[in-house]
Amino acid sequence: MDFLRKYLDKIKPNFEEGGKFSKLRSTFDAFETFLFVPNKVTNRGAHVRDSIDLKRTMSIVVISLIPALLFGIWNVGFQHFRAIGETVGFWEMSWFGFLKVFPIIVVSYVSGLGVEFIFAQIRKHEVNEGFLVSGMLIPMIMPVDVPLWMVAVATIFAVIIGKEVFGGTGMNIFNPALLARAFIFFAYPSKMSGDFVWISGLSDTSTKVVDGFSGATPLALAAQNQFEKIPSLMEMFIGTIPGSIGETSKLAILIGAAILIITGIASLRIMLSAIVGAVLMILTFNLVGANQYMMVSPLQQLMMGGFLFGVVFMATDPVSSTQTATGKIIYGFLIGVMSMLIRVVNPAYPEGMMLAILLLNSFAPLIDYYVVQANVNRRLKRTAK
Amino acid sequence: MANKYTSLLTKPINLENPITVQVLGICSSLAVTVQMKPALVMGVSVMIVTAFSNAIISSLRNTIPNRIRIIVQLVVVAALVIIVDQILKAYVYDVSKQLSVFVGLIITNCILMGRLEAFAMSNKPWPSFIDGIGNGLGYTLILAIISFTRELLGSGTIWGYKVIPPVFYQLGYENNGLMILPPMALIIIGIIIWIQRSRNKQLIEN
Repeated sequence: MDFLRKYLDKIKPNFEEGGKFSKLRSTFDAFETFLFVPNKVTNRGAHVRDSIDLKRTMSIVVISLIPALLFGIWNVGFQHFRAIGETVGFWEMSWFGFLKVFPIIVVSYVSGLGVEFIFAQIRKHEVNEGFLVSGMLIPMIMPVDVPLWMVAVATIFAVIIGKEVFGGTGMNIFNPALLARAFIFFAYPSKMSGDFVWISGLSDTSTKVVDGFSGATPLALAAQNQFEKIPSLMEMFIGTIPGSIGETSKLAILIGAAILIITGIASLRIMLSAIVGAVLMILTFNLVGANQYMMVSPLQQLMMGGFLFGVVFMATDPVSSTQTATGKIIYGFLIGVMSMLIRVVNPAYPEGMMLAILLLNSFAPLIDYYVVQANVNRRLKRTAK
Repeated sequence: MANKYTSLLTKPINLENPITVQVLGICSSLAVTVQMKPALVMGVSVMIVTAFSNAIISSLRNTIPNRIRIIVQLVVVAALVIIVDQILKAYVYDVSKQLSVFVGLIITNCILMGRLEAFAMSNKPWPSFIDGIGNGLGYTLILAIISFTRELLGSGTIWGYKVIPPVFYQLGYENNGLMILPPMALIIIGIIIWIQRSRNKQLIEN
């Protein structure tokens, strides 16, 4: 590490004001603070300085995503070889999946960070590390066969329109990763929905598929009223089902959730209240029971689709979610309710999680405002007596 | 004097643009800009209606009782809109069908009422006429930019002609379905406002 530090100190003057590469100052700064905790010293007043900063926070989120990602990579291979009816070993499946998933990750990071760096240079800001997580989330919520240029276009759109126009990291109203997915969902629906996009190679008509094999996700099966074909709870929990790359394994997502909760980075309130909201909504549907979809049990509903992934990694985004404690409960609860409502009642959108979170993102400031106002009013009443 | 008229004509195109600066007429600019042809027809219709209603109201301005001025303005505008609508139906029937209700809705277009109230009621007919033309041009320009982008990226055509070579589609290019939906028009307007304000710093509000 000493060697790295010395090297950075040596080239640093080049990037400072008047140096050879002063235009690339924020780029250098980004790499330096990524490698080392900045040795900032507080000048005035007493402060408690924790070693955890934005970069460290983001790194932990990325670490918590890794189980789901690794499983997703293996699952891409597993689903592909199951669809064409071949049996191959663990490593071959993983390698196949790696070759499919890795380019998407690279494209997402390169295009997103490219935009971030350009904006940082133009606006003379520091490069913010918010994209470290978004760049990892974007590939994980994409279907595996998504064309790479679409990922690039969607990422650029999401970073510019979702983040930079509002002032960069920390100012965005919407979760950039979900915005990228929503962009592809509405702009190129044929690549983001249907039965053929979730398993690699299935959309290619020349691929020989095993007789009777369907690439439909559990949610699509439910929307088509084919409830008998839905995989068992165990399969959906472990994650050997078709779906977006990172969302299938509920086990891996729960490991990630545990990391986030233990390190105190994601809000347990939001996660729990979202699950409570969803379960209450499903129980209401069960009571109504107007059609077969409404009769699906809560456990099965929670295991299907991207609900859990959205709750753990998307809804808890510290920027676009609510900030107050009461607000978090309301926000999470409404996400749970809305996602199940869209899922069951609106046949056009098999998965409601993305739209539910984006909708509640836009309501988050309003919820916070009323929570704060309620508190102000309560305290005013107390003093008025 | 000539100089004054020129500025009446050119100011609404950039610094006092009805859509991006005065923020009037957003509704129709989202609704009719999927393709260029209807968008431009719409722009020209609005320009004609604005110009003539401005001129007519301006020449009547001293005789209109203040309390019923909105009704009088609406009568004049409605008459002009019906004339334009009939002409469109007679000569460009398919475009008129595409525009459907939006030609009729020119009556409620904020640009018209805005210009009548802000300009025609306090100026002479000829400057009012020029002001109407200028605002119509500004409106048409923004409509042209939005519809060009939306038609090119959303349908791969311009003015109904295919411009994106079939090779692109074979290579995996696809039309962007989001461009067909109104939200994208709003985002494009936002981007236009962004570019315009970064070029003209005096437009930035504090």
